[in-house]
Amino acid sequence: MELLLAWRNIWRNPRRTVIIMIAVIIGIWTMIALTSLMRGMVNDMFENGISTLTGDIKLYASGYHNDPSIEYRIDDPNSVMSEIAKALPYDSKYAARVRVNAIASNARHSIGLTLVGIDPDKEAGVSFIGNGVVGGRMISEDDNNAIVIGQALLEKFETRIGHKLILMSQDSQNEIASRAFKIVGVYRAKLQSTEKQYVFASKHSAQKMLGIGNGVSEISIVINDHEKYEQTAQNIRAILKNSDIEVYTWKDLLPMLKAYMEIFDGFVVLWYLVVFVAMAFGIVNTMLMAVFERMREFGLLKALGMKPSLILRSVLIESGIILIMGVIAGNLLAFGSVMMVAATGIDLSALASGFEYVGMSSAIYPEILLNDVLLANVVVLVLGLAVSTYPAVKASRITPVEAMAHT
Amino acid sequence: MPIVEVNGVDKVYQQGDIEIHALKDIHLSIAPGSFAAIAGPSGSGKTTLLNMIGGLDLPDHGDVIVDGCHFSEMNQSQLAELRLNRIGFVFQSYNLIPVLSAVENVEYVMLLQGVEKVERRERAMAMLDEVGLSEKYHNRPSELSGGQQQRVAVARAIVSNPAIVLADEPTANLDSKTGEGLLKIMAAMNEKRNVTFIFSTHDKMVMDYAHRLVLLRDGMIADDEFK
Ligand SMILES: Nc1ncnc2c1ncn2[C@@H]1O[C@H](COP(=O)(O)OP(=O)(O)O)[C@@H](O)[C@H]1O
Ligand SMILES: [Mg+2]
Repeated sequence: MELLLAWRNIWRNPRRTVIIMIAVIIGIWTMIALTSLMRGMVNDMFENGISTLTGDIKLYASGYHNDPSIEYRIDDPNSVMSEIAKALPYDSKYAARVRVNAIASNARHSIGLTLVGIDPDKEAGVSFIGNGVVGGRMISEDDNNAIVIGQALLEKFETRIGHKLILMSQDSQNEIASRAFKIVGVYRAKLQSTEKQYVFASKHSAQKMLGIGNGVSEISIVINDHEKYEQTAQNIRAILKNSDIEVYTWKDLLPMLKAYMEIFDGFVVLWYLVVFVAMAFGIVNTMLMAVFERMREFGLLKALGMKPSLILRSVLIESGIILIMGVIAGNLLAFGSVMMVAATGIDLSALASGFEYVGMSSAIYPEILLNDVLLANVVVLVLGLAVSTYPAVKASRITPVEAMAHT
Repeated sequence: MPIVEVNGVDKVYQQGDIEIHALKDIHLSIAPGSFAAIAGPSGSGKTTLLNMIGGLDLPDHGDVIVDGCHFSEMNQSQLAELRLNRIGFVFQSYNLIPVLSAVENVEYVMLLQGVEKVERRERAMAMLDEVGLSEKYHNRPSELSGGQQQRVAVARAIVSNPAIVLADEPTANLDSKTGEGLLKIMAAMNEKRNVTFIFSTHDKMVMDYAHRLVLLRDGMIADDEFK
């Protein structure tokens, strides 16, 4: 009967109820939709960061992190990998790479970049280059002087597939090593800066050019469930604690990305509060109006012997019902609109260069996180009820004598 | 032993700078089963006195004792409890909750008393039958005439098995014929159930029904007549 009474009271003034509901719906909707858009952006930044030759976890010879030169190498990557195999989740992937600063030049241009020697088969699922080749062909494991370069670099050098680039670097004896490579393929990356930065050769040809035997600069590991990176890194560290290999996670290697992600988390909470404050004013005002109109009734109920706490509760039940209806509708609207957009992604290419600066692609796929949805709902329901206690207390405080004077 | 005792009650209202002495040293004692009218011209203090007896307002001096409970020794919560279980109210107007039907209005006090759902509905219907509203269980107050609304209010006041029923000018908004009908119903309840009724009025016809007539003038008892 309490609920029935509340339900009927809610619809005594449908317009007012609808106003509160719309405030709640818009509130929830903007909370969830905008947050999911931001999550999509952060995710995109994260995926780009990980796949641009970082991985979740990276192994370096000690010294390399501070001075990334060929001097610091992991000499026997295979035995390292078999040592740490048991620390990795079964679906992890890894790739060992040679990485060295180089100068590329042809008859017209000369530019500093990074030469990366890879096992082409190992890169799929570890970094973007695994599936990034869009023209010509991927280098193969036993190519001796073949390279794949980025589209942007190709244009910069005004060259094309089949032509040669001279790559020059320092070998393990600190001598200049220089070699002509034939461009066999072109890759595309999400970011132009990546396309200009990296030139890929087979691991074995890079090793030969630099005279480092089987040595590599880094082993990059990608874990399917990204959440497990910290624990996995711990386990690897435990195994490698007596070797001269250092274990880093993406958070160590991409501190800016980590900072962005933390800022976004804080922003979500701030955003929720801003939306909520706007909504709260609507709720309190409208509920106050509703309560003042019914003061005589609250006075009557008090005269009949209803305790103030029960009156308080009945007003809270009313606003609770309105809040719940608004929250349900708001969630449906938010999920619906996010799903619609998520299918195609939001094209931000008009703003692409600005987004590229922070490491984002030009299309954003919004992502709904359960935690964000829960937080939005809890914020609206709990704080919504909390602000409703103000009108509810007003209702519960009226005395029958005052109420009878109140016409 | 009286069911209601009013001992030296004073009530002063402050209205801006002026003090209005609404009740002055009222002494009154009412026996169980009475059917008593408090009469007097408008502004004589009838509503104020009934509010004191009902524990809706507290005196500045003196005490009110209803069914053995001294109001001066009770807090708001205990007074609410007493009103819920021992006192029925019929007001001049705005007696009913507009969104509840007649039977639901009668049930509501029993809900507050913690009576079971099925029993609530049975007792509410029986009570509406008694006041002659068998046809109107499910009508909202807005669909009832003024007299019917007051009868629902009487049914609600009685259904909680109170020691006393207080009715403040229950017929003031009714025409004389409807008012008399309501009085007859109240008188029948008083006779059948031995519930004490105390009602205020300035209507001669209503006074004629009373077994006792307390006349107020300027906040004082001018006359007290047993018939
Ligand atoms: N809440 C109040 N504030 C100020 N004065 C009041 C209040 N209630 C009643 N009074 C005054 O007290 C006197 C008695 O009022 P009331 O008990 O309502 O008389 P009645 O019911 O006999 O018409 C009147 O002069 C009235 O103006
Ligand atoms: Mg009056």
